[in-house]
Amino acid sequence: MTTPLIKVEGLRKSFNGQPILDGVDFEIYRGESVVVIGQSGCGKSVLLKHIMRLLDPDEGRVIFDGQDIGKLSGRDLNEVRLRIGMLFQSAALFDSMTVAENVGLCLKEMRRHTHAERNRIVMEKLELVGLTDAASKKPDEISGGMRKRVGLARAIATDPEMLLYDEPTTGLDPITADLINDLIIDLTQKLDVTSIAVTHDMTAAYKVASRIFMLYEGKIEFDGTPDEIRASDKATVQQFITGRAKGPIKVR
Amino acid sequence: MNYGVEAIGRHSVSLISRIGSFFILIGRLIASLREIHRSFGLIVEQLYLIGLKSLPLIAVISVFVGAVSAWQAAYQFKFIGAPPRMLGQAVGKAVVMELAPVLSSIAFAGRVGAGIAAELGTMRVTEQIDALQSMGINPVRYLVLPRVLACLVMVPFLVVFANFIAIMGALVVSIVGVDVTYETFLNGFRDSFKVGDFINGLIKAGVFGLVIGVVGCYEGFSTQGGAHGVGRATTMSVVLSMVLILVFNFIFAVILFRL
Repeated sequence: MTTPLIKVEGLRKSFNGQPILDGVDFEIYRGESVVVIGQSGCGKSVLLKHIMRLLDPDEGRVIFDGQDIGKLSGRDLNEVRLRIGMLFQSAALFDSMTVAENVGLCLKEMRRHTHAERNRIVMEKLELVGLTDAASKKPDEISGGMRKRVGLARAIATDPEMLLYDEPTTGLDPITADLINDLIIDLTQKLDVTSIAVTHDMTAAYKVASRIFMLYEGKIEFDGTPDEIRASDKATVQQFITGRAKGPIKVR
Repeated sequence: MNYGVEAIGRHSVSLISRIGSFFILIGRLIASLREIHRSFGLIVEQLYLIGLKSLPLIAVISVFVGAVSAWQAAYQFKFIGAPPRMLGQAVGKAVVMELAPVLSSIAFAGRVGAGIAAELGTMRVTEQIDALQSMGINPVRYLVLPRVLACLVMVPFLVVFANFIAIMGALVVSIVGVDVTYETFLNGFRDSFKVGDFINGLIKAGVFGLVIGVVGCYEGFSTQGGAHGVGRATTMSVVLSMVLILVFNFIFAVILFRL
């Protein structure tokens, strides 16, 4: 049996005494495209930040390719982080840098490439997201959708094995959101990466996912394919995927 | 009653947690010195942004500090009948030992400390610091180290500049407003000038620079929430830096000038 690329065991995290993750367990295998759905504030982004070790859990562990990332530090931890790319909810571009400098920052800091190689890789990644023309622009000169695409180009700059997407379509118009979804599918296939996206946009979830997790009250409430989630008889799952205010899930 | 005890407990825990995270940042800053060679470009950039761009503000403040010192000293001397030569002595001592290091540092805290806290605070709430970490870049080495070192180097440099400008301001006021000659003022200044006082002023300035840089970076790094959090971090950075500058200044006075 193949080993999972990511294994999360008994993950618990509280903020100010309020449990956000309350025992999350799952395994994700290479090549899978997982979408984590759930209400706003249910801990989806917190879960992603634990996978990238931007947060430390109160309990539990995250194992990436056989390594417990909670036990790593310094260079070892950074080596793992370079194998994972992350698109942040607000894209988190550095506003003092141009688009090309944003995409190339990680390569520059790695010091493994010449200036010419770095420029070539940056333009290659920008071409993948269709933004070569915007290379010399600053983040405040481009639209929200373009910023997300730059964030995506930056996330794939080091050719990671896994991509994490935090609300990739939030705040975008439906057409741009669909463009981002197509880009995620395209990149997953072209770059042969494993991906985890968190969203509450069901259109995006159905389109992108090979497997969907639903996070509810700090635990994985559902784990299955898009067809299985549509057919699920769980009241919580049906309430969420059909977007009804009335039901067992209380609106926060 | 219970509410009061609970509030005291909550604030105590919060204070201890803040002090703990402050020292953790200091520890990470010291550890990041091992990678200082990777930050040279960033340090040079900060020396320019933090230091050279503060020159106009320091010049304006210093010229008026010198001018008002000369005027006030002359006013007091009128009543005690002190000789004109004393004007240069008194103003020189006051500027070199206290006024230039302390007032320049306080102005620097307002301009640079606030700027650092606002910039890093915004980077925190917009996930830019998380983004750096996700790319395997140590944010303390990349953001904190260059800013703290630039403050440490540039505040003493600015104090040397402030000394010069303040003395020039005092000289002009002495000549134009008090009717003390150029030679009398400078002779008085030379009589009282001690290299030790000047060096002590620079040592103080270095410590103040360190305080401003570390406090600004700490407040920025620990920002929570949105615009409100950034505003709070900026205010805290300036207030805390100013208080610490005055506290350290008193400690220096006690250590350096034994009664």
